[in-house]
Amino acid sequence: MLKKSDSAIPSEGSTVQTAILALDGITKTFPGVKALSEVSLHLIPGKVTALIGENGAGKSTVVKILTGIYQPDGGAILVDGQPTTFPAPQAAADNGVTAIHQETVLFDELSVAENIFLGHAPRGAFGLIDRKTMNQKAGEILDGVGAKIEPDHKLKDLGIANKHLVAIARALSIDARVVIMDEPTAALSHKEIEELYELVESLKAQGKAILFISHKFDEIFRIADNYTVFRDGQLIGDGAIADVTEADLVKMMVGRDVSQIFPQRTPNPGDDILKVAGYSHPTEFEDIGFTLRTGEILGFYGLVGAGRSEFMQALFGMTRPSAGTVEIDGASVQIKSPADAVDHGIVYVPEDRGKQGAILDLPIFQNVTLPSLGRLSKNGFLKLAEEFKLAREYTERLDLRAASLDTHVGNLSGGNQQKVVIAKWLATQPKVIILDEPTKGVDIGSKAAVHEFMAELAAQGLAVIMVSSEIPEILGMSDRVIVMREGRMVAELSDKDLQPETLVRHAAGI
Amino acid sequence: MLKRLITSREALLVGAIVLLLALISSRFPGFITPANLANVFNDTSPLILLAIGQMIVILTKCIDLSVAANLALTGMVVSMVNVAAPGLPIIVILVIAIGLGTLLGMINGVLVWKLAIPPIVVTLGTMTIFRGIIFVISDGKWVNSHEMSPAFKAFPRTELLGLPVLGWIAILAVIVFTIVMTRTTLGRAFYAAGGNPHAATYAGINVGKTQFWAFTISGALAGLTGYLWVSRFAVSYVDIAGGFELDVVAACVIGGVSIMGGIGTVAGALLGALFLGIIKNALPVVDISPFWQLAISGGAIIVAVALNAQANREKGRIILKRAEQAS
Repeated sequence: MLKKSDSAIPSEGSTVQTAILALDGITKTFPGVKALSEVSLHLIPGKVTALIGENGAGKSTVVKILTGIYQPDGGAILVDGQPTTFPAPQAAADNGVTAIHQETVLFDELSVAENIFLGHAPRGAFGLIDRKTMNQKAGEILDGVGAKIEPDHKLKDLGIANKHLVAIARALSIDARVVIMDEPTAALSHKEIEELYELVESLKAQGKAILFISHKFDEIFRIADNYTVFRDGQLIGDGAIADVTEADLVKMMVGRDVSQIFPQRTPNPGDDILKVAGYSHPTEFEDIGFTLRTGEILGFYGLVGAGRSEFMQALFGMTRPSAGTVEIDGASVQIKSPADAVDHGIVYVPEDRGKQGAILDLPIFQNVTLPSLGRLSKNGFLKLAEEFKLAREYTERLDLRAASLDTHVGNLSGGNQQKVVIAKWLATQPKVIILDEPTKGVDIGSKAAVHEFMAELAAQGLAVIMVSSEIPEILGMSDRVIVMREGRMVAELSDKDLQPETLVRHAAGI
Repeated sequence: MLKRLITSREALLVGAIVLLLALISSRFPGFITPANLANVFNDTSPLILLAIGQMIVILTKCIDLSVAANLALTGMVVSMVNVAAPGLPIIVILVIAIGLGTLLGMINGVLVWKLAIPPIVVTLGTMTIFRGIIFVISDGKWVNSHEMSPAFKAFPRTELLGLPVLGWIAILAVIVFTIVMTRTTLGRAFYAAGGNPHAATYAGINVGKTQFWAFTISGALAGLTGYLWVSRFAVSYVDIAGGFELDVVAACVIGGVSIMGGIGTVAGALLGALFLGIIKNALPVVDISPFWQLAISGGAIIVAVALNAQANREKGRIILKRAEQAS
């Protein structure tokens, strides 16, 4: 491994010497699981190193070792070539290692300057915090990163992009030499991402080493200098980003050629199942109308904030529309609550699956039957035998492996938990399934599984509505696409009109 | 079914109670005679009734601090009704008590559901308001034993098979609510709404409405207990059961009800209440100052919470092992 990295990273001498911070042969084992197996990583001053890997590849374990939260079981941490240990997070901070997390870990009720200097505020007389110096220093650091933020404003008054800048300013305030960015663009808009890139460039110019963790290949190729790929806790490859293509990286990540990412489907739409007309909301969307047929996948494309999720939530009965009609199987229906929607055969799998997922403290069978209890009860009393039967039928269909259906979902692995969630929705025997950003934050291997599953649902005659902001996904999966912009439908595209340029043009209103 | 009910948490508590009884009987063998145990159970019945209601409320990520005040207000109202109309049959008194308690619980529920006010604030407010209303309607005066009709006082004390009616009502409540929690859609909704409100919402469960029903049940049980309390002690005044809501919450926590919601059983609430009840009844007998009772129940709460936290931590380790087996 070492030999490989020597040849791959263009540097004056040995990488071990030039790296500010390096991991050499690090192993980390948890009871029953080897999270990392002899991995190495080199962070070079003035360079951005992208850390790439599927979920579970060991990226977050590495971050935790670099920031002193976990202790490695074997191998060495080298700071300026000298072996050292980070027995606690403070030790990592003392060595200039700082991490900016996906969700910024800051304090809303404190001022910007207080956030930046929390834990190491300048002291004045009697050891009290010297506010004036603190605000002044904070101002200097903020100017340095090009942020136009007043140090004495409360953090909660800032937008998400400015909060990120404060997090970065905080990192700089402790003389960081190594900055770890864990999916920093996940919550940012296009413009904010551009500003972040500029900031990364300026950090590079100041000679900081940056570890950049991302799922998005476009940004990796845009700002990274080097790459390191992990798979299943092992180092698969590293080198200069200029020497590889996106396909090379994907192959390293998943360990196989991903030539056919989207499943081949032969669309076979049947009868009209859902007809929506003139759906409007006072503030969020206006005049949405379409017809959906069985066995069809209808894509909803648009920029973030185009009103797609808001419309879906109204269709699912979570909010009330001000006008519009819904017909299911030709019969006009009123959907006033999610319970109504489920009764009428509409289910909604929302974007935030972490929150909406399973109920961990309940057993498998109770999770699976939760939305179907109306059908499984009489006068409010549950028919337990039927409940169990339904749960068994759908968990078997999804090949869920568990000791018993009484097992609490919290004791299952992540993959099995996901199967419980899917079984839950299929058990309602829906006619229409709405999937909101079904693969957001999902790694490439699992994405393919989700796509195959969607294709299977459509093949079984289910009508699928897919909200997605990823053009390849929209193009690869949808039979038809509705484009929304600023709360309105601006185009309905199918067949040869389904081109990336057309989608972007309609979505952006060019 | 039974196996699922008695999870290790409840088994642990049963063990603790048996140990406690063994300790007490080593110093005072008379404590564990059937007659005395029936006495202890009867004495703990109000706590059991309220703990069942509180358990359901906590299950939905809420808390009801107004139960003791609800009990006191309902108790005062039925006492005054009894004084005004001594001939009213007990069944009417029971209907009034449960009806008024239910109404007071519904007020809490509506405020939490429709106005989305944090439950601790709502019930802190209604707790004070209920106590205030007692003062207003009673002018701060007591309703004493001699003013109450004999039938009014006799009902909870009537013995059936060696156990007073009060104890039987607690047993009935345990049975009814065990069925409600395990065999009805509403019971399932309580667990779902507290275990993961987002998932519950998408599954078609109205979380706010479910919380409303939890407060309603808690209120109904508090109202019922209100009558039983004033007739058993044969007195009613502004401050009866003052601070009792904390005993009720303590019983739930000791019984393994997670204060984060989603975890808890009727059996747990029952055992938590019995644990506190035994301590309360045993300390004077074995000649320990009742002041120790506060310290001991406080210690029991901390031990219970620590054990629960420990159980959760172990759960984390299990995930990794299974993850390995699954792959």
